[in-house]
Amino acid sequence: MEMPTPDRSVLSRKEEIVARLRAVLPAEAVIDELSETRAYECDALTAYRCPPLAAVLPASTEEVSAVLKVCHEMGVPVVPRGSGTSLAGGALPTADCVILGVARMNEVLETDYENRFIRLQTGRTNLSVTGAVEAEDFFYAPDPSSQLACAIAGNIAMNSGGAHCLKYGVTTNNLLGVTMVLMDGSVVEIGGAHLDAGGLDLLGVICGSEGQLGVVTEATLRILRNPEGARPVLMGFASNEVAGACVSDIIKAGVLPVAIEFMDRPCIRACEAFAKAGYPDCEALLIVEVEGSEPEIDHQLGLITEIARRHDPVELREARDAEEAGRIWLGRKSAFGAMGQINDYMCLDGTIPVSELPRVLTRIGEMSKDYGLEVANVFHAGDGNMHPLILFNANEPGELEKCEALGADILRLCVEVGGCLTGEHGVGIEKRDLMTAQYDPADLEAQMAVKDVFDPAWLLNPAKVFPLAVSEARRSVPIAAE
Amino acid sequence: MRPASEEELSAAIRAATEPLAVRGGGTRSAPPEGPVIETGALTGIRLYEPGALTLVAGAGTPLSEVETALAREGQRLAFEPMDHRPLLGTKGEPTLGGVAAANVSGPRRIQAGAARDFLLGVRFVDGAGQIVKNGGRVMKNVTGYDLVKLLAGSRGRLGVLTEVALKVLPVPETSATLVLTGLDDQGAVAAMSRALGSPYEVSGAAHLPDRGACCLRIEGFESSVAYRLKALAALFPEAGQEPQTDPEASAALWREIRDAQPLAAAEGDVWRLSVKPSDGPEVARRLGAKAHFYDWGGGLVWAALRAGEDPRPALSGLGGHATLVRAAPGGPARPPALHPEPEPLAALSRGIAAKFDPRGIFAQAEAA
Repeated sequence: MEMPTPDRSVLSRKEEIVARLRAVLPAEAVIDELSETRAYECDALTAYRCPPLAAVLPASTEEVSAVLKVCHEMGVPVVPRGSGTSLAGGALPTADCVILGVARMNEVLETDYENRFIRLQTGRTNLSVTGAVEAEDFFYAPDPSSQLACAIAGNIAMNSGGAHCLKYGVTTNNLLGVTMVLMDGSVVEIGGAHLDAGGLDLLGVICGSEGQLGVVTEATLRILRNPEGARPVLMGFASNEVAGACVSDIIKAGVLPVAIEFMDRPCIRACEAFAKAGYPDCEALLIVEVEGSEPEIDHQLGLITEIARRHDPVELREARDAEEAGRIWLGRKSAFGAMGQINDYMCLDGTIPVSELPRVLTRIGEMSKDYGLEVANVFHAGDGNMHPLILFNANEPGELEKCEALGADILRLCVEVGGCLTGEHGVGIEKRDLMTAQYDPADLEAQMAVKDVFDPAWLLNPAKVFPLAVSEARRSVPIAAE
Repeated sequence: MRPASEEELSAAIRAATEPLAVRGGGTRSAPPEGPVIETGALTGIRLYEPGALTLVAGAGTPLSEVETALAREGQRLAFEPMDHRPLLGTKGEPTLGGVAAANVSGPRRIQAGAARDFLLGVRFVDGAGQIVKNGGRVMKNVTGYDLVKLLAGSRGRLGVLTEVALKVLPVPETSATLVLTGLDDQGAVAAMSRALGSPYEVSGAAHLPDRGACCLRIEGFESSVAYRLKALAALFPEAGQEPQTDPEASAALWREIRDAQPLAAAEGDVWRLSVKPSDGPEVARRLGAKAHFYDWGGGLVWAALRAGEDPRPALSGLGGHATLVRAAPGGPARPPALHPEPEPLAALSRGIAAKFDPRGIFAQAEAA
């Protein structure tokens, strides 16, 4: 993946830049020794690495503002970083950038159960948001797989989703307000404990802007009361087509499960070998979860299993207790770990219209054969968000490139059938050069115009989201001759 | 002008030499002066997949046409867009584009989300005549910036919507309303907070002080609604209770709330204030309104004020925003209809408008 050549005029001023950062931050908050900056050389897209010029770990909005002011004045690119769990390379540094990590900012500032919100510093991890309110029986809904580690700052930057979006929406639907620092150091407050914008919905465009518009230091998030209970049912089918038709029928019937997860045979096998969850040996498997009181759950699961029976399931297993529910989820939740044990893998994130599910799975199977790389599919079927996992061997020369080419073909297919490149991971560098498959020049121009307003010098995370050739004229860092 | 295609619209905007007014169904304002672009020919449902909960239609498509098509499949627009006609006394047909452009949302906003939360994709023509698309027709999409949200609620300031894609939801089997009586404003908002913080999935929470009715809506399967109505009632042993279990009557009540009908006959200007729910009663007290009621659990205050009166000082120290929805005919100059933003936020909004509409072709929309 190509990255801009580092700006030599920035590299040559490293000492001065670090000194100015040290002047506005406590000594331990500025990291510039290569042995330590290495910790920031990549995120969860580990195929690409580059130690930054320096990394800073401010502890407050004021310190973030001071850092950005310095970098703005000195023309230094800044790459914001949450917990570094991005699968898209959203936090990948360049050699001439300062990594701005929010990890030290993890305080809860206010919890308000009466008005159902929590205000916090954005370095806090996703799961610990729920952790802060669960004693009162509340939770924070978006639940990306990385929720144990990922920070709210990154969730906002990527508009993260999770398994329960079908009912509760993604980050943007649960974000009420932010405190954000612009690249020039100015601090803006957007939204708050009230709903919707009085003017333009700036909060809406900030969420999902991949750290390119500003650094969000504090956030107001909607919290919800826990449902009385939840229970999954597991269903095995003889083909992907049948499972896909069953998903569509469930949705059409007016039942709105909180999650519908789909796994295909390669994925089922790997998970079974890894987690021994007792999954049936079949072509496709659905896990459908509903919520409510016991009788309400019984009623909904009754309707769902009745629909499933019309599709001749090879297996239909309702959880009778918490232990059984845990076992049903066990395999699905360990899918990524299971894959990692067999092989290196690349996790894709395209979204397709639910109706295209069978056709797309068939095509992916054909492409997998053509490339000679196995693909396992696990995804959120209710909303069409696919996660094809391409298995490859990173030690085999050329295999990563082959894997990336197959990945790009699969994502182009998603766009072709009316879907998109990324449902919840973000564009980062990973899908940057595919943006032209989904968007025309005028579409990209309109998006970049928004960045022009927030960050006229294009210093914030400049080499992400937009193809380098498309953003070249705007990026302030001149491409120096190597 | 009534362009029949995106290309015609683009050409018309490119050719424009003075500001244009954009008109959908014309239900929210009086006919504008000067040149007008009507979206009435950019119509039709282009895609509807009930199994994928997705609908795509031309921006000029009448809302009623969309709602009829959805009802046939037992689905609906869950954000419950308000019909402005009863309050404003206007004619015409609300359009899908108008609903999206003004982020028009009703009582269910508190639970299910606003129009902006259900908008999956847009196509629009900006002030330079460029045809732009953003988002798509799938439920999860983080590909590039979310201009869909930026356009939702932009009230035509950034461009003319030509097509919108929406997430739709099934209509629940039935619904019912628990009406609590004998509560003052403060008590009602506390009760609504309690209900919305319960596990019973309350999908509407409004308080009508004139009728002394604090209304809590439950929707779902029959058995579920019966169960939750009872469970909810048990939370309020002190309050008077009048459960409304007739779905038709319950629906009629929420239509009234949605359309702000309690203020339709009130004199003066009608304002809509979005605040932190527990601030609702204090805001109402400061306003000393001739008539008011609450939606969104107290977070949406509808108030009828003396013509020309500015409600914004009442928000001082509390936050939130106020929008003028109906100005009484004639009378003194009005404060700006849209809530002025503080700097440097206002500079960002101005900057975005200047990028999307460099010639100020849609500048009139700011006052809309």
